[in-house]
Amino acid sequence: MTNMSKKSPDAVRTETLGKIGDLGKAVAKSALAEHDPFVDVPTRTISNTTYNEARRLLQMGDATLRRNLFNTGQARKFMQMVLLSKGCKDLLEARKTLSLRGMYYKSLHTIVGTNEKTFDDQEESDGILEDIEVALATLRENLHLFAKKRGTMVGNITVIDKGDSIDCRRMGTGGYAIPSICEPSVVQFGKCEAKFVLHVEKDTVWSRFNEDRFWETHNCILTEGSGQPPRGVRRLLYRLHKELGLPVYCLLDCDPWGHYIYSVIKQGSINLAFESERMAIPDARYLGIRSGDFVRCGLSDDVKISLNDRDTERAKQIAEYPWFAKKKHWQKEIQQMLRNGFKMEVESLITKDISYVTEVYVPERLKAKDWLD
Amino acid sequence: MSAQQREISVSEFFAKNRHLLGFDNPRKALLTAVKEAVDNALDACEEAGILPDIRIELLQRSETRFKVTVRDNGPGIVRKQIENVFGRLLYGSKFHRLKMSRGQQGIGISAAGMYGLMTTGQPVLIISKTHKKKPAVEVLLKMDTSKNRADVVSETEHPEDDGLFADGHGTQVSIEMEGKYQQGRQSVDEYLDQTAIANPHAKFTFITPTNETIEFNRGTNELPPEAKEILPHPRGIELGTLIQMIERTERAQVGGFLQEEFSRVSPSVSKEICAKAGITPRTWVKNVGHAEAEGIYKAIQEVKIMAPATDCLVPIGTKALLSGLLKEVRAEFFTACTRPADVYRGNPFLIEVGLAFGGELPKDELIRVIRFANRVPLLYQQSACTSFKAVLETTWKNYGISQSRGSLPEGPIVVMVHMASVWVPFTSESKEAIADYDEIRKEMKLALQDVGRKLGIYMRRRQRMRREGERRSIFERYIGEISQATEAITGTSAKRIYDSLLKVAKRKTEEADAVLNDEGKRVKDSDPLGKDDSVIILPGRVPSTGEPSEDEAAPGDRREDGPAGSLFEESAAEATAKPKRKKG
Repeated sequence: MTNMSKKSPDAVRTETLGKIGDLGKAVAKSALAEHDPFVDVPTRTISNTTYNEARRLLQMGDATLRRNLFNTGQARKFMQMVLLSKGCKDLLEARKTLSLRGMYYKSLHTIVGTNEKTFDDQEESDGILEDIEVALATLRENLHLFAKKRGTMVGNITVIDKGDSIDCRRMGTGGYAIPSICEPSVVQFGKCEAKFVLHVEKDTVWSRFNEDRFWETHNCILTEGSGQPPRGVRRLLYRLHKELGLPVYCLLDCDPWGHYIYSVIKQGSINLAFESERMAIPDARYLGIRSGDFVRCGLSDDVKISLNDRDTERAKQIAEYPWFAKKKHWQKEIQQMLRNGFKMEVESLITKDISYVTEVYVPERLKAKDWLD
Repeated sequence: MSAQQREISVSEFFAKNRHLLGFDNPRKALLTAVKEAVDNALDACEEAGILPDIRIELLQRSETRFKVTVRDNGPGIVRKQIENVFGRLLYGSKFHRLKMSRGQQGIGISAAGMYGLMTTGQPVLIISKTHKKKPAVEVLLKMDTSKNRADVVSETEHPEDDGLFADGHGTQVSIEMEGKYQQGRQSVDEYLDQTAIANPHAKFTFITPTNETIEFNRGTNELPPEAKEILPHPRGIELGTLIQMIERTERAQVGGFLQEEFSRVSPSVSKEICAKAGITPRTWVKNVGHAEAEGIYKAIQEVKIMAPATDCLVPIGTKALLSGLLKEVRAEFFTACTRPADVYRGNPFLIEVGLAFGGELPKDELIRVIRFANRVPLLYQQSACTSFKAVLETTWKNYGISQSRGSLPEGPIVVMVHMASVWVPFTSESKEAIADYDEIRKEMKLALQDVGRKLGIYMRRRQRMRREGERRSIFERYIGEISQATEAITGTSAKRIYDSLLKVAKRKTEEADAVLNDEGKRVKDSDPLGKDDSVIILPGRVPSTGEPSEDEAAPGDRREDGPAGSLFEESAAEATAKPKRKKG
């Protein structure tokens, strides 16, 4: 994957327009030749994802899925792809950006002569836009699209967001909303005293840390990603780590979903494996919660949440992912969770004391360098 | 049975047996009168070799009083026969002979006239013209019930150019009677509908009491061949009947008796029968006692005898059946089957079944069974009829039609069952249901299975057709969008792209139109139904589907080796519309 950030925004724009043009020409050409038009879309599945052990990240393989117009199962998707490509072209030519939702609305209409709409919902359009991204080997940002803002940051750092200087030390209770596009062309880093980044799973835990001014007492940056972190958050974490050399620690729930969030931050996601190189942080560390914490911290039975069948299945899947399979401590961790038969959320530590997590749990872990890698 | 009641006073007989003859209530009485008059008209035209053109008019006199007028283009009735035909009950030659005809007992039209007289006091009006150069005679007849004959009330000659009979000959009968006209099941309308199906060579014009004119046009211009009269066939004759025949015969020797009084008994067959019975063809008939008769009876069952001659039976025929169904039923698929003749109780008969499926027929109802005996629709007592039982006993599930246990199958289907025979065994004199003989029911089931199998093939194919239709519509729906977006991206004309893609869409779906067998493999020689004369498919009447199904049908194995002939027969070009209704 080419590193777009090195090119000027104008050059990227021209290149992206060229790629959309090529897709259109291929369709027109095969139509006029009375052939079945198609677009090859790289497959975004586990089977087309390889774990690069040397670089410790997920990479997308070469497998593609041919999407034909003249296939009942694919016709609609093919139509949507051409339609959204045209939408992106309009956007680039107008030098404007749109949210994914905006693009969904831009391309939404009733197909002439039917009562069928071009899209049933935004989710359908979002999926096709990801297809276009990989099919054109470009990035969402280059298509001038952004997602809904999700994720918050606070800490000893100043960022310059589209020219505005933002002091993340003075963000009150709300924090700085991490934008969807965190490319250097939009967000630059200013003064930074922080020594590390603590990323927590969700907003409620983040608020606890912010209220206790953890970032101040421990001189760090505090981020959250509302569950599975969106691309903006991951890109920002990556840049904080890469450009400022800050280690990234994760505080996530002790369940398969928490484990997978860590996995995504560390190696990249299966769905967006093509973006791993610019997002994955192989050195990210997992502070907790860990299955042994129930005993170690002396938690009450009330915090246990039983593993259901889906959790168990997912945990076993994760344990078999190549990037987990060779890590004995992770195998032990997952096995113990399965043996326990229950999961725990970060909030369970609140049963000990309101600020147990900020004053005892995390400082102890950091001091003892007790994390999973 | 009625033949043995000759000595009873006709009025007494009729008053007592009204219900047996189909005059139980005013609604049925009206239908029966029309039915008897039309049946007679059809028989008369066919016997004279004339394509029937029959006009039926119901004139409402008051709420419960109607004037029924039926006019045909038959040969007309010679003056001196008019009183006999229309004025006497049980007059006719149809009862004792073994010949296929609509009427059997000679009761029909005279009974209708009698009913009219009894309920309204009005005489029957007959106008008959036998030759275009001869004037029509108009006779007003009043039945004298005690004498079983008619008195002429008045008699006039019509001027030559009265314009009543366009063909120069014909008969018109008018009966005034108590009745009730109501459309729907078991109505005059339904009777005519069904008669038109079974008699596609006939044209009917029906003027309803509300002065609407309904026309039933011909589906064919070919008259059915005339039926021949035959002798009984030995197979299936009962022992008692055999003994009776032996007692009555004028033949002296058994050989002669067998050969002359039965059909299909050649000298060698008679010799074989006698040998098995332990007698010889030269044995004197007078020496044949009960034991010998029983021996002959047993021998007949064992000896191989040719099936009865089928020329005594006139089937409607697959082609005419189809054309009849085609013009009266708005369906998409038609098939018919004519079975070879078989014998019950020594009477040859044959079964024909027609089936119409889909189109505008109601989907969620039980199928409709329409029954015919010698081309006459049977509207009453469906569940007592052996044809109904045969339909029930057929396993429709095998043909893709759902059927709950013990009930009619469900689906957009009309099944017609026709029995042609020299003697149709009705369960009663009003000729409403066919008696349940094993041989008859078996033949009916075989015919039903035959049309069922064809329907099954069509059902499977229709499913494929539907899938293809859906596929095509999916493609056609999207290529408009694609062409415009592609034009916006590349500048290539959207119209050119659209036209090209439309061509591809047609080609792609045609490819998959190719005939596949049940396993989805391509059949080498084309369509099994396509070459079948007993099948008509009207693709235009296949109901269009709603939302397409999102089936991800294996795109990989799409065949690239060109289309394989059309799916449909074009033979249905003559498909005519439903009878035209127009306000008169």
